[in-house]
Amino acid sequence: MVNAIIVEPQDNVVVAIEPIKKGETVTYMCAGEQKTITALEDITIYHKLAACDIKKGEPIVKYGEHIGLAARDIKQGEHVHTHNLEEHRENLEAKG
Amino acid sequence: MNFYGYKRPDGRVGVRNKVLILPASVCASDTTRIISQQVVGSVTFNNQLGCSQVAPDQQFTMDVMAGYAANPNVYGTVVVSLGCENCQMDLVVKAIQERTNKPLKQVIIQEAGGTLKAIDMAVRYAKEMVEEASLLQKEEFPMSELILGTECGGSDPTSGLAANPLIGQLSDLIVKEGGTSILSETTEFIGAEHILARRAANKEVHDRIYEIVHRYEESLRVVGEEVREGNPSPGNKAGGITSLEEKSLGCIHKGGHSPVMAVYDYAKQVEAKQGLVIMDTPGNDPSSVAGMVAGGAQVVVFSTGRGTPTGNPLVPVIKITGNKLTYANMIDNIDVDASPLIYGTKTIEELGQELLKLTQEVACGKQTKAESLGYTEMAIARVCNFV
Repeated sequence: MVNAIIVEPQDNVVVAIEPIKKGETVTYMCAGEQKTITALEDITIYHKLAACDIKKGEPIVKYGEHIGLAARDIKQGEHVHTHNLEEHRENLEAKG
Repeated sequence: MNFYGYKRPDGRVGVRNKVLILPASVCASDTTRIISQQVVGSVTFNNQLGCSQVAPDQQFTMDVMAGYAANPNVYGTVVVSLGCENCQMDLVVKAIQERTNKPLKQVIIQEAGGTLKAIDMAVRYAKEMVEEASLLQKEEFPMSELILGTECGGSDPTSGLAANPLIGQLSDLIVKEGGTSILSETTEFIGAEHILARRAANKEVHDRIYEIVHRYEESLRVVGEEVREGNPSPGNKAGGITSLEEKSLGCIHKGGHSPVMAVYDYAKQVEAKQGLVIMDTPGNDPSSVAGMVAGGAQVVVFSTGRGTPTGNPLVPVIKITGNKLTYANMIDNIDVDASPLIYGTKTIEELGQELLKLTQEVACGKQTKAESLGYTEMAIARVCNFV
């Protein structure tokens, strides 16, 4: 059963659309293809979890855009929130 | 598509027909409350400002007052001032008359001889105005007469996934009908301003988008504060929004996919039939909505993830959530469930058509839940402490 969504295929986080328990399979559709990962902890509905391993300092990507940086190494299936995401203001005007 | 509304002498079209008892300052606000309670068909609000303000703040207050009086949902206005405030009666009247030629009466409490005499005078003016207003018949107008205000408050991740994209769909449909749609909340462009700037109709609009974002950040920085201190809010975070960038990227979906035709400063009069425009407003809901209503919006669509009852004294506010739990939990406050978008049981085109139809019905007079529950709170933006 699909219990998560990914907004853009290049995102490295998915959004739980049902409450997910630790160890449960997380299923989402990405560009027409069904993908699964395993939740490493309980995930509250509509919260995010890592779609892949993310190294400390790498951007967290949702909506295909940067929403912050990984404050530490994050494993696939881990909850991504204020405890492991560092806010980062980018110069977007320079980015164009 | 058409709706039935009220033609105003200044050529604009209202979807409600109210008499506004306008307090020129905080010192007149209790008086206008008492006056409005006495006159069925009138509305007022608690103006906490209007005196002891620095020039840019006084300008915000003046623009909201003038814009409220000029809002097409208002038949006419009775301005009540104390008499000694910075927002002097002649200044308020001039600002209103620069925007509209609708009926206007004035009562100055100190000149009238105190509370009871001022109330007596204002109640009689207001009763007469309500009587005149009640004689007005609705006429049929195209949807292009609508200026739609868009807002999000108490957001959670479902706002960016469903409710805001649905509002964006409505915004695009209103633009297609030839109307105007306003995207607001500058604090919630931060981290997403490049996406909006790419959609600017010309270089001037492109530069203005960056300008209002940088100006807002700077105005907080000069007093040693940071927008992130309180944004995202504790409720946003509990819902699952982690950073301001994440919130912003969800927020800007309210603007749909249309090009951005213009950028307006807070509470300035917005042109009808202009397509998608931006207004520089705070993320604070009641003051952002007030800015758009002062700009001339006759209807506001408002997304919420956590659930909020917010309304407005002059315009119907249509509440939308993408959170199925919130819809079930706060069904008395929420008009539209956008969660089928997340679960794939309805398409954005289907929901967009339903929302356009509801907007038409609301324009024709259908009460929103915020209206039927009597929600009229509002606030006015400011940049500085009192002087």
